[in-house]
Amino acid sequence: MPKTLFEKIWDKHVVKTMEDGPSVLYIDKHLIHEVTSPQAFKGIENRGLKVFRPQQVVATADHNVPTLNQHLPIKDELSRLQVQQLTENCKKHDIVLYGLGHPFQGIVHVIGPELGITQPGMTIVCGDSHTSTHGAFGSIAFGIGTSEVEMVFASQCLLQSKPKLMRINIEGTLDKGIVSKDIILYIIAQITTGGATGYAVEFAGSAIRDLSMEARMTICNMSIEMGARCGLIAPDEKTFEYIKGRQFAPSLQQWDKKLGEWKELYSDESAAFDKELTILAGAIEPMITYGTNPGLGISVNGHIPVTDTIMDEGERRNIVKALEYMGLKSGNSLLGMPVQHVFIGSCTNSRIEDLRLVASVVKGKRKSDHVEVMIVPGSQQVAAQVKAEGLDRIFEAAGFTIRQAGCSACLGMNEDKIPAGEYCISTSNRNFEGRQGAGARTLLASPLTAAAAALTGVVSDVREFIQ
Amino acid sequence: MQPIDIIKSTFVPLPMENIDTDQIIPARFLKATTREGFGKNLFRDWRYENDDESTPRPHFILNNPAYEGQILVAGKNFGCGSSREHAAWSILDYGFRVVVSSFFADIFKNNALNNGVIPVTVSESFLHIILEQPETATLTINLGEQSITIDNTTQKENFEISSYKKTCLLNGYDDIDYLLSLKKEILEFEEARL
Repeated sequence: MPKTLFEKIWDKHVVKTMEDGPSVLYIDKHLIHEVTSPQAFKGIENRGLKVFRPQQVVATADHNVPTLNQHLPIKDELSRLQVQQLTENCKKHDIVLYGLGHPFQGIVHVIGPELGITQPGMTIVCGDSHTSTHGAFGSIAFGIGTSEVEMVFASQCLLQSKPKLMRINIEGTLDKGIVSKDIILYIIAQITTGGATGYAVEFAGSAIRDLSMEARMTICNMSIEMGARCGLIAPDEKTFEYIKGRQFAPSLQQWDKKLGEWKELYSDESAAFDKELTILAGAIEPMITYGTNPGLGISVNGHIPVTDTIMDEGERRNIVKALEYMGLKSGNSLLGMPVQHVFIGSCTNSRIEDLRLVASVVKGKRKSDHVEVMIVPGSQQVAAQVKAEGLDRIFEAAGFTIRQAGCSACLGMNEDKIPAGEYCISTSNRNFEGRQGAGARTLLASPLTAAAAALTGVVSDVREFIQ
Repeated sequence: MQPIDIIKSTFVPLPMENIDTDQIIPARFLKATTREGFGKNLFRDWRYENDDESTPRPHFILNNPAYEGQILVAGKNFGCGSSREHAAWSILDYGFRVVVSSFFADIFKNNALNNGVIPVTVSESFLHIILEQPETATLTINLGEQSITIDNTTQKENFEISSYKKTCLLNGYDDIDYLLSLKKEILEFEEARL
């Protein structure tokens, strides 16, 4: 029987299926961080258990860490305790930790792929919704709650109901100045933040094939923003090339065997999806959000919807409330609107390629005096690469601040916050009320669009800055 | 986990759609390392002006003494966003045992079920009828028969829940008990993959 990519991986990981109930799904890799793991460690200890398969768990500290002076003790007491507890728990349970100061430390969804931990055909979970990122390698990867973290600690398994399957085909070529972040913001604007709830979404089509691995990660990363259980892309030569030679990639002896398995990971020609849609890449323009969920996006030269013309009452109320929070007006354009902050970072867009994109726009130029620009590399390795390529000199000359690796102002958990009422063009994934700090107003966009705003201090169309 | 069967209570209406987990509990309150005490930060930024507990926002429903109860009734796509289980913990710690909505985000739904909070999915029209009821109205959620009733009008709707999760909630079992009972099967599965 023909199978989808998702089904091929799923079926290989089912330990048992309950009648009229969930399946027991075996988990290959479990990534953990300081915020969603302490209660889970406590939970198994209260039951007198040890972590069942510690060698399949990898830990880092990212959500709650400062991005300045990481060599010094963390100032915020609660943050320090949380990170300290992670260190103690990992030691007690023999789990590898890439903590602060380690050359592999970084945002969990950046380091998994860059270390070669993330591989095709795997099941990967983490107590973080953006775990969907790892699906870019053709794996089933999804975010879980802390009770589920505890389940994986105890048994290396989870109880999961099989989601419905959706395929989104993106066909054709992208215009200049349009990148994968624009694709995913465009899709979410089309299908809304709940449009893929209950589905595993496979991204396919010629435009996806043309994307690099890093660009694919951006797409899968934000599949949770349309409610999807996970997003995934069939692996191909680019995937194999990316993995080869990385720290935890299969060894040379194992490589051919693995490659043979990986090459079977695609949706069979006649495999059935519960839902399928096609999007033309050529129709996509640089995207930006105006509201307080990632589905409220428009092209950068478009207009905010006129609220009076929105028929659905719930949707109208939502947008009215969002515009009130954002201090924006129905029907207006965002082009030319001043912003006070630009944040380039997060598990969505903090990889070396993202920073190269930014550098390509700002090289030899200086930021606007009215805007603060913060670049937070996704990992220590990305930061080192930035230096090796001399991008740091470009950013410094442009007047940008370069910080150390962490989640930073994406979620406003450490001290990197946007002040109330101020606007931030952000390459992150969520523009929820207060996400980047109480009262902060977030406009989600691509690294290119963020770079253009850094130079002008206003919302700008990056196509005017590139040849 | 506390077993749960029938809940009869007044409810707190929060008709907004797409209530995300950053609203339910902002990230700055995720620094605790225990599961308790999150209720005081539930909907923190909607409840207080300038993050100051001495200045509650008078128009926010949790600050209106006319509304209380063990049931929260919210607009569609409740709990979208982050996987933070702290959202479910804060709802439970505040005193809710049931959340009613016409649509739930996936991860939140799992997190709620794993903490003995029942996510009750009703039709859009039934949700509207509930939201039109006076503040004294009570709802009855009967998990055994998978029904929700508006007591003063006797209007009733059935809701879906997997039979496995229903058994867990009725008895206060959690998934770990079950997974641990499968040790032998899991070891055999690992063996067979090598």
